[in-house]
Amino acid sequence: MPDPASPAVNQMDHLHPTGWRRWILSTNHKDIGTMYIIFAIVAGLIGSFISMIMRAQLASPGSLLLGDHYQFYNVIISMHGLLMIFFMVMPGLIGGFGNWFVPLMIGAPDMAFPRMNNISFWLLPSSLILLMLGGCIGVGFGTGWTFYPPLSTTLIHSDAAVDFMLFSLHVAGAASILGAINFVTTILNMRAPGMGLHKMPLFVWSLLVTSFLIIIAMPVLAGAITMLITDRNFGTTFFDPAGGGDPVLFQHLFWFFGHPEVYIMILPAFGIVSQIISTFSKKPVFGYLGMVYAMVSIGVIGFAVWAHHMFTVGLDVRTNAYFTAATMIIAVPTGIKVFSWLATMWGGSLTFPTPMLFALGFIVLFTLGGLTGVVLSNQSLDIMLHDTYYVVAHFHYVLSMGSVFGMFAAFYFWIGKMSGKQYSEILGKIHFWLTFIGVNILFFPMHFLGLAGMPRRIPDYPQAFASWNMIISFGAALTAISILLFVYIIYHTLRFGKPVASNPWGMFATTLEWTVSSPPPFHTFEELPLVK
Amino acid sequence: MDLQGNSSKNHPYHLVDPSPWPFVGSLATLVLTIGTVLFMHEHGPWVLLAGGSFLIFTLFGWWKDVICEASLNQHTPEVQQGFRYGMAFFIVTEVMFFASFFWAYFHASLFPTEVMGGVWPPKGIKTLDPFGLPYFNTLILLLSGTTLTWAHFSLLEGNIKDTLTQIAYTILIGWIFLCIQFYEYSHTTFAFKGGIYPSTFFMATGFHGLHVFIGTLFLVVCWFRTRRGHFTATDHFGFEAAAWYWHFVDVVWLFLFISIYWWGS
Repeated sequence: MPDPASPAVNQMDHLHPTGWRRWILSTNHKDIGTMYIIFAIVAGLIGSFISMIMRAQLASPGSLLLGDHYQFYNVIISMHGLLMIFFMVMPGLIGGFGNWFVPLMIGAPDMAFPRMNNISFWLLPSSLILLMLGGCIGVGFGTGWTFYPPLSTTLIHSDAAVDFMLFSLHVAGAASILGAINFVTTILNMRAPGMGLHKMPLFVWSLLVTSFLIIIAMPVLAGAITMLITDRNFGTTFFDPAGGGDPVLFQHLFWFFGHPEVYIMILPAFGIVSQIISTFSKKPVFGYLGMVYAMVSIGVIGFAVWAHHMFTVGLDVRTNAYFTAATMIIAVPTGIKVFSWLATMWGGSLTFPTPMLFALGFIVLFTLGGLTGVVLSNQSLDIMLHDTYYVVAHFHYVLSMGSVFGMFAAFYFWIGKMSGKQYSEILGKIHFWLTFIGVNILFFPMHFLGLAGMPRRIPDYPQAFASWNMIISFGAALTAISILLFVYIIYHTLRFGKPVASNPWGMFATTLEWTVSSPPPFHTFEELPLVK
Repeated sequence: MDLQGNSSKNHPYHLVDPSPWPFVGSLATLVLTIGTVLFMHEHGPWVLLAGGSFLIFTLFGWWKDVICEASLNQHTPEVQQGFRYGMAFFIVTEVMFFASFFWAYFHASLFPTEVMGGVWPPKGIKTLDPFGLPYFNTLILLLSGTTLTWAHFSLLEGNIKDTLTQIAYTILIGWIFLCIQFYEYSHTTFAFKGGIYPSTFFMATGFHGLHVFIGTLFLVVCWFRTRRGHFTATDHFGFEAAAWYWHFVDVVWLFLFISIYWWGS
């Protein structure tokens, strides 16, 4: 803390620091949100680059690219998963757009704990460094993102790589717990006068539910990681049958975290899509309360379905029956959301700028991924499909076309607000169509491969799977081009973008962020707004 | 110093001044975790110790700033309400952290495998007598709950002298508890590396002990702050948070005592 008595400290400079101090020392939710978004883009680029290596390797059978370095392939698929989940989607949706727009939407001057907000961000680069160390040291962590024992124990991964990866997740988990506590406190405690819980924009509701999920799920992962670390290094036997432990326990603990985690990644995208669909249909969102409580029920039920990830591990048949039924129930609130979006558009005066296109793409593709999810929730079918490319197709439809489309939609919706400069509509539309076509060529044939029995997480495959794999790799190349185009669009927007008015989207952009200038002043709502 | 609370401020919230601690703390965490991995792979404890000291230094500086801001009246009732939410949710995360260890415990104890001889406690494990020292520990932890509540009521009455005495008693009891735990650990018949029973036992009770230690430190800070007059009858969130934390740790012990020491023997 600078010495306040020092005459050299100019009061205004102190409130609005410049240069590196503005970012390193930040206690401002917009600056921290910007850092999160940049971080997510960087992590996303690394993760995408890794997936391109995977697709180059899998383009044809015979392991032409990586030769017999199969462990390297194991490391990069693990790295790809962890990067995309913990370092792209979560920082982007929650840290980035959440930080920027939750305080603006509820009319709060900042987050509840602005300094803690900054450590939530700055722990992530440390965590990323640990992850990279884990990837480079020894044989790396070839464990998959789920790092099940015994694969992740010293039996197979004896060097420090897995330990680095586990600590990376510890640190990233701590960061997201701190962030979640911050969001819940901000939303419960700092709403502007008149902003009742049932008047909050749906994006804020989605962040509230997400934060609760993080608070309850993430510490269980921390416990599982801790036990794995002591199993590896201090001779405990939590997951070692020889000492009375059980590897299945790890799967229970992991998925008790892991399943809420997938809702943590998708709920903020739900919120974003609700805002965008309503804005460009020029109608309030259909069934607001239903939308709110659908998200709450998804959050609650999300804690009671974890073992559908473990259908082939040999659980009791009645246990599997329960988890099948419970999982299918999730389709009900999810269906409420999808149909409410459709009903919002019904009879609306629709326009189709880029954010709306991405929101529509989200609805179509997320629904497709959701439907394959219903298929997979049947234990009887999952026995066949478990660990095949069908599962890979499923979760990429809900994540890389659900969450990521949500992020792109949010980016185009709010970049004008955040930077004060509007993106180019033509470039945005090209980006949308390139992405939409690319990811569908990339991921749709994976359903066929999965149904035909191609297992996931393998660096090579029989000739029979060759043609679809070639098409998939072609789709991946198309997607890579769309990603490069996106990077160019960011540059183009910041360099040549036209100045934006406070509200470029018309009278149905009703949330409070559209009442402040674009870009907003450093501190917003120093005079609290009154919500009718 | 009242940089944010200047005349232009028209809301009750606290816009914190720019601070180096988050970045520094993140760096400390990086050194600490790398040090831990090096330590675990036989490269000596020095990086770990350096990272740990670095982190403690960060926490000291960070909380010094928080106390400084509190003394400048930047913590309005609304801000304190935020602290209450924050502390409550932090305790929820702690509850879930312990839940994972209880899960491991019940997973092993409810379905004992062949290796354990099909029984719990596993064959060959001689458990501690729950109604010896563990019961004594239960009683003194409950006693510490009453002394702490006494301290709280004294504070509400504005009686600083009694507050100090009762916080001191609570700290003393916390230390006695830890000493007894240490004594018991060094007299168990099972070793840390002796299979699933010691794994779950030492992990659950060990993390509880760590939390008692942290709670005691929290109370030590509160004792000094009380003596310096930081707390008044109406304004003492720091003490309240320490008390919540202490009661939480207390309740965890009750569950440990009932399920691991008593039922599990």
